[in-house]
Amino acid sequence: MKDFLVTQFGFSLVLAALVFAVIQGAVAYCIYYERKIAAWTQDRYGPNRAGPLGLLQPIADGLKFVFKEDYIPGHVDKILFVLAPGIMFVVCGIGFLILPWGGQLDASTLPWLGSHLQPGERMLSVQVVSLNVGILYLLAVMSMSVYGVVLGGWSSNNKYSFYGAMRACAQMLAYEIPMGLTILVVVLTMGTLRLEEIAAEQAASGVWNVARHPLAALILFITALAEANRAPFDLAEAEQELVGGYHTEYGALKFGLFFLGEYASMITTSALVVVLFLGGWHVWGVSALTMEATSIWAVLAKMTVMAGKVAILIFVYMWVRWSLPRFRFDQLMRLAWKSLVPMSLGLFAAAAGLLYFGLHRSIAACLAVNAVVLAGAVAVASRGRTPITGRQANLVRQAARNDVPLAEVRT
Amino acid sequence: MSLQVGILWLCVTALPALAHEEAASGVGTGVVYAVPGGWFEAVMFYVFAGTAVLSAIGVCVSRSVVRMATWLFFALGAISVLYFLLAATFIAAIQLIVYVGGVLILLIFGVMLTSQSPWVRFTPSRLNLAVAGLICVGLLVCLSSILLEADFGAPLSTTPGVTVEAIGRRMLTHYLVPFEIAGVLLMIVMVGAAHLARQEKQ
Repeated sequence: MKDFLVTQFGFSLVLAALVFAVIQGAVAYCIYYERKIAAWTQDRYGPNRAGPLGLLQPIADGLKFVFKEDYIPGHVDKILFVLAPGIMFVVCGIGFLILPWGGQLDASTLPWLGSHLQPGERMLSVQVVSLNVGILYLLAVMSMSVYGVVLGGWSSNNKYSFYGAMRACAQMLAYEIPMGLTILVVVLTMGTLRLEEIAAEQAASGVWNVARHPLAALILFITALAEANRAPFDLAEAEQELVGGYHTEYGALKFGLFFLGEYASMITTSALVVVLFLGGWHVWGVSALTMEATSIWAVLAKMTVMAGKVAILIFVYMWVRWSLPRFRFDQLMRLAWKSLVPMSLGLFAAAAGLLYFGLHRSIAACLAVNAVVLAGAVAVASRGRTPITGRQANLVRQAARNDVPLAEVRT
Repeated sequence: MSLQVGILWLCVTALPALAHEEAASGVGTGVVYAVPGGWFEAVMFYVFAGTAVLSAIGVCVSRSVVRMATWLFFALGAISVLYFLLAATFIAAIQLIVYVGGVLILLIFGVMLTSQSPWVRFTPSRLNLAVAGLICVGLLVCLSSILLEADFGAPLSTTPGVTVEAIGRRMLTHYLVPFEIAGVLLMIVMVGAAHLARQEKQ
C-alpha cells in the first residue's frame, strides 16, 4: 500500500480524490464569497447570522439542499430529468483532472510515505493525468457541460426551461469558437498542448503569456464567462424573463447539482486562464516557486499560489456579475460572431505569422501584433453602422442616423 | 449541418490507422505513467465496453428522439474512454469533440422536431426496419471477418506516444491532399449553410 501510494498512478488517485473534495468545499464557500461580494457591491452586510461573519452559512445552505423533498414533477421525462443534473455535475468534475497544480514532486520528501526513497529517485507529476492532448481534452470536456443544460431544459416539459436550454446551446456553440482560437494562440506561442509544460515554461522564462498576448487573454476571459454561464452571459437562467431558466422545474439536491456544476465550471475556466496566461503556480522572486523546487513544501506553496490566483479571478467574475447588466440575446450573438471571432481569428493568423518568422517569443513583436489587431477592430467598428438597439422610442432617431428606412429597423 | 458532421466523421475515421503506426514507434514523454495492467485495466474495459453496448441497445430500443440522442451520447463517450485505455489519447479527444460534440446537433434536431409536443414517439416503418437490418447484417459480416483474422498476440504499449505532433506532420506532408480536400469541402458546406440561412429570412 505504502509503495502503491508513491507511484504516479496511486498518487494520481489520491490527488484526484483530494482535488475533488477540496473543490466541493470551495464551491460551497464560493457561494458565501459571492453573497459577500454582492453585499459589498450593493452596500449591505450579506450573510452574517450563522456563525462568526456568517461563515457557517454555506453549511446551512448545503444541508437545506440535502434535506428538502426530492420532488419530480408529474409532467417531465423522468429518466432524462434525473440524468441531466448528473451529466452537468460529472462533466464539470472531470475537467479538473487535467489541471497542473504544482509542477513536479520529489517523492522522497513526502513524510512517512517517501522515507525509503533516495532524493530524486522518483519524481511525481502534481496533476491527475498528463495527456499530450491536454488542451484538446479540456476543450472537449468543457463543451460537454451544455448537455446537462439542454437535457434538463427539454425534459422539464416547460416552455421557460426550453427557452433557457435553447439559449444555452446557441451561446455555447458561438463562444466555443473564439475560446478555441485564443487557446490556439497560446499553443502556437508555447509549442505544446500540455498544460503543465505551458505553466513550467512561463515559470522558467519568468514571462507570463498575458505580457505577450493581452488581447487574447481578455478574449479568453470573456468567453470563459460565457462558457460558465455567468452574468452578463447568464441568458439561460435569466430569472426576470424565464422564471428560473433551464432549472425552473428542479429543486432540492438536483438543483444543487446544477448549482455545483456552474461554480465548478467557474473554477475550471479560471484555472485554465491562470495556467495559459497568468503563469500557473509561478510568482517572481520566490525560490520555492520554481521548476527546481520539488519538495512537498514547495509543491504545497505552488498549489496555494495557484488557488490564490484562481480565487482572484473568481473575484473578478463576481465583480463583473454584480456590475454589468445582462446582455440581450442579439447583443450576445453580435459580440461573439462580429467581434470576438474576427479578433481571435486575426490574433491566431498573426501568431502563426510570428511563429513563421521565429518572433513568437518576442514580447515586443507579440504586443505590436495585439495592438494592430485591436486597432483594426476599432477601425472597422467605427466605420460600421451603429447597431440598432434599445427602446422603441429611440428607433426613429437611430434609423435616421443610420440612413435606413424605419420599416427595416422594426423587423 | 448533418453534411458537415458526416464529412468530419469521414476525416476522423481515417485517423486510427495513423495513431496505430505512431504507437508502434513509441517515443517516451518524460513522465512515465505506471498504469497497472491486469485487473484494473480489465475492469475499466469491461465497465466501459458494457456501457457502450448497453447504450447502443438503448439507441435502438428508445422511441423518443431525444432519448435516442442521449443514449448515443453515452455510447460514443464510452468508446472514447476505451481509446484512452488504449493510450490513443488524440483519437480519444477527437472522439469526444467530433462525435460526442456532434450528438449535440442531433439532440437539437430531436428537440426541435418534438417542440410541438414533447412526447412524440418515433415508429419506424417496415421498409426502414428491413433496410436497417440489411445494413446491420452486412456490417456484422465485415467486422467479424476482420475479428477472426486479427492477431491478438502482442499487447500494445500503454505509454502514450507523441501522437499529436506526428499526426500534424503527416497531415501537412504525406496526407496533404486529403487534408486540403476536406478543408475545402468544409468551407463549401459553411458557405452553403450561411447562404441557405440568409435566403430563409427574405
